[in-house]
Amino acid sequence: MSGHIAPVRQPLVTGHKTYHQITEDICRPTETAPSLSWIVTFIISVICLGLFAFSVAWTIWVGIGSWNLNRTINWGWDITNFVWWVGIGHAGTLISAILLLFRQKWRTGVNRAAEAMTIFAVMCAGQFPLIHMGRLWLAIFIFPYPNTRGPLWVNFNSPLLWDVFAISTYFTVSLLFWYAGLVPDLATVRDRAVGLRKKIYSVVSFGWNGSAKHWQRWESLSLILAGLATPLVLSVHTIVSFDFATSVIPGWHTTIFPPYFVAGAIFSGFAMVLTLMLIARKVLHLEDYITIEHIESMNKVILLTGSIVGVAYLTELFIAWYSGYIYEQFAFLNRVLGPYYWSYIGMMLCNVVSPQIFWSRRLRTSLFWTFFMSIFINIGMWFERFVIIATTLARDYLPSSWSYYVPTWVEICIFIGTIGLFFTLFLIFTRVAPVVAIAEIKSILKTAGDQYIGPNALAHAHAGTSHTPHPTTSAASSHGKTTAPEVNDIPAGGTVDIDGENDKPLD
Amino acid sequence: MATIRIERESGDAESKATAEAYAHAGQREILFGLYDDEVTLLDAVRAANDDHLDIDDVYTPFPVHGLDPLLGLEESRLHIAGFIFGTIGCLVGFGFMTWVFTRDWPIIFGGKPYWSVPAFIPITFELTVLFSAVGMVTVFYIINGLGPGAEPRRLHDRITDDKFCIAFDVTELSTTEVDRLRDYFDRTGVETVHQKTVAA
Repeated sequence: MSGHIAPVRQPLVTGHKTYHQITEDICRPTETAPSLSWIVTFIISVICLGLFAFSVAWTIWVGIGSWNLNRTINWGWDITNFVWWVGIGHAGTLISAILLLFRQKWRTGVNRAAEAMTIFAVMCAGQFPLIHMGRLWLAIFIFPYPNTRGPLWVNFNSPLLWDVFAISTYFTVSLLFWYAGLVPDLATVRDRAVGLRKKIYSVVSFGWNGSAKHWQRWESLSLILAGLATPLVLSVHTIVSFDFATSVIPGWHTTIFPPYFVAGAIFSGFAMVLTLMLIARKVLHLEDYITIEHIESMNKVILLTGSIVGVAYLTELFIAWYSGYIYEQFAFLNRVLGPYYWSYIGMMLCNVVSPQIFWSRRLRTSLFWTFFMSIFINIGMWFERFVIIATTLARDYLPSSWSYYVPTWVEICIFIGTIGLFFTLFLIFTRVAPVVAIAEIKSILKTAGDQYIGPNALAHAHAGTSHTPHPTTSAASSHGKTTAPEVNDIPAGGTVDIDGENDKPLD
Repeated sequence: MATIRIERESGDAESKATAEAYAHAGQREILFGLYDDEVTLLDAVRAANDDHLDIDDVYTPFPVHGLDPLLGLEESRLHIAGFIFGTIGCLVGFGFMTWVFTRDWPIIFGGKPYWSVPAFIPITFELTVLFSAVGMVTVFYIINGLGPGAEPRRLHDRITDDKFCIAFDVTELSTTEVDRLRDYFDRTGVETVHQKTVAA
């Protein structure tokens, strides 16, 4: 609470919230019946999920021949979708880990949902390599374990195996990080619940009681996990890019791939976070916690990473020309002007040109334009992966093998199906767990609540003074706003009441 | 903790008997006050230190900075666990790949040496992070006594919401001493004071 707050800082929690109101607002979606819009979206998502199950079953039954991959283009929509989903899965850990290390307070509004999104996106990503194996039940072969075949080990020199380790480590660490953050908030839900719900939340909240020592260890754990997750998140997409960069295919064999993939991953991840959060804040009434300030901050990251990606595209073209190596030059000329020129144009427009609108403060604080751009970028980043994979393979060393690729209905259905899987999981998440990190929002209230900083701050209630008045008292006295009555009704200064049974709420 | 326990009044036979009864039943008697703001809480903890009151524990809805030194809590050593597990992961990953490719089943890939160290770096790194994270999180839950089905002391439902709690163990205290604690709560701007019997 002490310390100077720069005047440019805008409030991150609006509506003169008290601690209790924060709990009420964020727990509400888990305690009330779902809205009609939630039910409709959920049904659509589950239908898409059913489509996923059907098309995957079809693939396994008929074989990979049900896809349009051929000898020339042996990676198509499957690996495009894999890289796309992994990329989306990068924003969560970036927000929760890197922004934690940089002490960016705005992460508290979006980290929980972004981490959930990460986990679900990585689950979607993982489907594609598995399905692509054709014989799903032999997927365990990718792990090195003692076996009766020699034992015959996996190839530790292969970037595809590095990917196995990177993705599974990333998934595990993200899950642990997310859940460790969730435990105190699940305890909050538990302490408000009754009956069966209370029993369930008691189990999943691991008996959290908010002891000072637990909180100290919890903060220590979060910080170290953030320190571990930061290089991890950078390594994961670096290793995904190695799938291409360590090959000998012109157009893939470039050293710029790791940083370019990582920037692209953050770019697409933030776009997906925005897509989800813009809907979630509206549907779940979280406008006071996911404010324009949060959205603007994320749009700035999008502008930065989009521009890095743009520089990478242009650098690739320049280096191809500058190398004087005709195969490399052909690969890139083909990318821009070849049979898939439309996907290159789509990629450039969506990823490089259009995000530049966010130089305008008016547009990056506009909900409409942010939502529009987030969808645009999702599409653009999908095109990027398609451009890299399909266009490069379509024109290989032998002109007699040149080919063209369009997906079959099976491949399209699998992709739509993973979107269904993603939204099904996310929608369930919004019903069962607090979508915003309750404890973390409370911990920034005194330095980022709008009754303390910003244009609506109350003169005498400035954070930074040693004796900060309680938000309720200050808000109620000078603004006449109706705030949580239960806090005001209790006379401060100590009523001593002894009751052995304190299960009933204070009001 | 840097506080001194309240001196017990001599000859308080009744309280001694009660204490023994509780100890026999494996129960503790906890007197706790709920505060409505972390600033009041911190002031109250300072006052408790000045009065040499022995705080049993403090429970808060979110991590309150500045509380640890007042309670005399040492810095968490969780990072040491993280380092040890990370080192194990690093050695296991690198050692295993080395053993497989130089001893158990040497294969030449693309004319590279058997012991192709640069190619081992990605997996070594991933396993370092994996072991460190999994190990540290496991240690975190074990030392806190948290886990599915764990039932640590839970004093009040509003502690995970908006109340900040200071708890005293009054099992072995006399009525006079308990009254002194109630005085203390009154002085420090407590909102409500409760007493609860909990499992030890």
